[in-house]
Amino acid sequence: MHLIEAQALNGLALGAILALVALGLTIVFGLLGFVNFAHGALLMVGAYAGWVVYTQTNNFFLAMLAALVITFIVGIVIERVLIRLYYARPKQDQILVTYGLAIILVEVVRAVFTGQTRLLSTPAWASGIVNIAGIYYPQYRVAVIAISAITLTVIYLILYRTRIGLIVRAGIDDVVIVNILGINVKRTFMLVFALGAAIAGLAGIVDGPLLAVNPDMGTDILVQCFVVIVIGGVGSFFGAILGGIVAGEIVSLTTAFSPDYASVMLYVAMAIVLIVRPQGLLGVEGRA
Amino acid sequence: MGVKRTDFLKTALGASAGLSVAATATPWSSAAADEAIGNYPAGTSGPEVFVGLLCPTTGSYSADGEDERKGYILAMEDLNAGTGVMGKIPSLAGKKGLLGKKVTYKIADTETKPDTAVQRATEFITQNKAIMIQGGVSSAEDIAMQKLAQQQKVLYMVGASGSNDTTGKDCQRYGFRSQLDAYMVAKALDPYLVKAYGPKKKMIFLTPDYSYGHSLTNSMRADLEKLGWTTVADVVAPFPTSDYSSYLTNIANSDADVFINIEFGNDGISSTKQAVQFGITKKMKLVIPNISTFLPDGLGPDIMQGVYGTQDWYYTFADRYPLSKLFLESFQKRFPGVIPRWTAHIAYAQTAIWADAVTRAKTFNPPVVIKTLEEGKPIELMLGKVYYRAGDHQQVRPCPVVRGKPGSAMKNKDDFFDVVALVPGEQCMQPLEETNCHLGSYT
Repeated sequence: MHLIEAQALNGLALGAILALVALGLTIVFGLLGFVNFAHGALLMVGAYAGWVVYTQTNNFFLAMLAALVITFIVGIVIERVLIRLYYARPKQDQILVTYGLAIILVEVVRAVFTGQTRLLSTPAWASGIVNIAGIYYPQYRVAVIAISAITLTVIYLILYRTRIGLIVRAGIDDVVIVNILGINVKRTFMLVFALGAAIAGLAGIVDGPLLAVNPDMGTDILVQCFVVIVIGGVGSFFGAILGGIVAGEIVSLTTAFSPDYASVMLYVAMAIVLIVRPQGLLGVEGRA
Repeated sequence: MGVKRTDFLKTALGASAGLSVAATATPWSSAAADEAIGNYPAGTSGPEVFVGLLCPTTGSYSADGEDERKGYILAMEDLNAGTGVMGKIPSLAGKKGLLGKKVTYKIADTETKPDTAVQRATEFITQNKAIMIQGGVSSAEDIAMQKLAQQQKVLYMVGASGSNDTTGKDCQRYGFRSQLDAYMVAKALDPYLVKAYGPKKKMIFLTPDYSYGHSLTNSMRADLEKLGWTTVADVVAPFPTSDYSSYLTNIANSDADVFINIEFGNDGISSTKQAVQFGITKKMKLVIPNISTFLPDGLGPDIMQGVYGTQDWYYTFADRYPLSKLFLESFQKRFPGVIPRWTAHIAYAQTAIWADAVTRAKTFNPPVVIKTLEEGKPIELMLGKVYYRAGDHQQVRPCPVVRGKPGSAMKNKDDFFDVVALVPGEQCMQPLEETNCHLGSYT
């Protein structure tokens, strides 16, 4: 019986998914200081965009590309029309406006595609089962670890090893000065928001073969996202990764002993983090 | 939350609660026919009566709720026009509306949440003076609305609900449930499982953590253990869950022969999909005792083929029951291109049963209508003759056992199942003394 080892491995894979799902939310907050409650809905939009392309072409990479591009465009549109007006507003206004936006996105998708759950099958190249040190594990979930790792690396390089991240952080400190320096801060903000949306969309299509693809799929996921980033540190890039893995391991290892308590333990862990280290494991004090 | 709600209701209903305690010992009497109770006669004084419909069109069971919604719309339109299946019921034939009144309705979204369901139902009862409410897809919301109905003395025709508790420990005088309860599912299905997979098998359960889940798992378990099977584990997951990997890791690493998935709705789809990815269905036989309406669409025939389960109703019953044929035809006329699933069947049948009882009782007065339903006179509907058992308000009706078809054998996109058996209702019913049901007062 390899149950503990199997659950530890599963915790890692689950953590990779949770990190990918939470990443878009945490960078938009970390860089723009903006709370995006429409993150789950954007994830759902990505899943639908991917589903449409996947059923047409049967090519999962095209589906991922479609999810990225479409949610990136949706991100640009809503940032221009709505979000940019709310950067300077209080957090509760941001929560309310994005919560409303999420309802609109969900209902538009429901009107177009109906509420019925869509079948998004596992891509053929990842539908088998692999044997990792005696533990049989779904190939697709291993592929998801790889997809998550690649995405996290690329996003890290874009945001923290190019000028974009620098401009955004400077822009938050003093918009006027950065503008005087001849840099278009507004455009950079827009790109960061759209990037967050695109990562949500990518997470949606990547999660598609695992979950039930339907208009409400983002609602539950949003709750998980917040648990992950609260544990890891709100707004911290590496916090999302650590928080994802910690959350994944807690759920998986608790399940090995007592499945009934798995989700309870997750919230217990979150509560302990909030008491002992309110800024989260890798969070910076005062940022939130 | 629950405590707050109860407190609110207690306050709101202080007077009637007192009355009901005093009246518990007195069974319904003829004098009650004229007494004001619930929204009677206030809700029936005009040319119209109002019925409140509650369907989860968002949340985990939204697809089922949408199908249920369509069933109610057709039922209401047929009732007011005297058409379709309504027109074939002897007491209603040749009539429009109910006791000469038009039946109006509104449909509210319960969001698959008991709190929202009770809130919406309360609005229907207090603001719209509903003479009857019906709907719900999860047993949690149904049981909550049924309690409200009992407190408010407004009749509630239960929507989809598979928990034993609905007509067991949580049963109410003002609630009537037509769907198979967990006990009936087990009684009907289990002999076929033993026949198909052998007498000494090891089973493992995946159970959603609420009334319906525990009820169905316990019924299946008790029954199959009597038939010689053993239980490896009951893996309980919160409701709702989206990623089942940790629960499935337990199941994949067990030595069970049969995986019995109790999950329902979107949770049933994602848990089964993920179980396939974990290779569980290669090692074990998959059984889904209560197959939610759109589960086969979300999983596809490759996964569903050979899977045993039960469904409240299936559209191919049109070949067996004349009123199923008529129901299927009129539904497709009203909603072109859509084949009704079993939640629509429950919606229509429950409306018809209530309308028939009101017509035969010649009054909307709830205690009189309840008494009429409790007489147990069979009514011919889409499942042939069905009736309510007086002791627990569970419908006695055929129990359909189905098995998934391979994709190559499907005649159209909705043709997922072979009907293995229609077990007569009397053979599936839980003995009344085992139900633990104590129906409340009429008044």
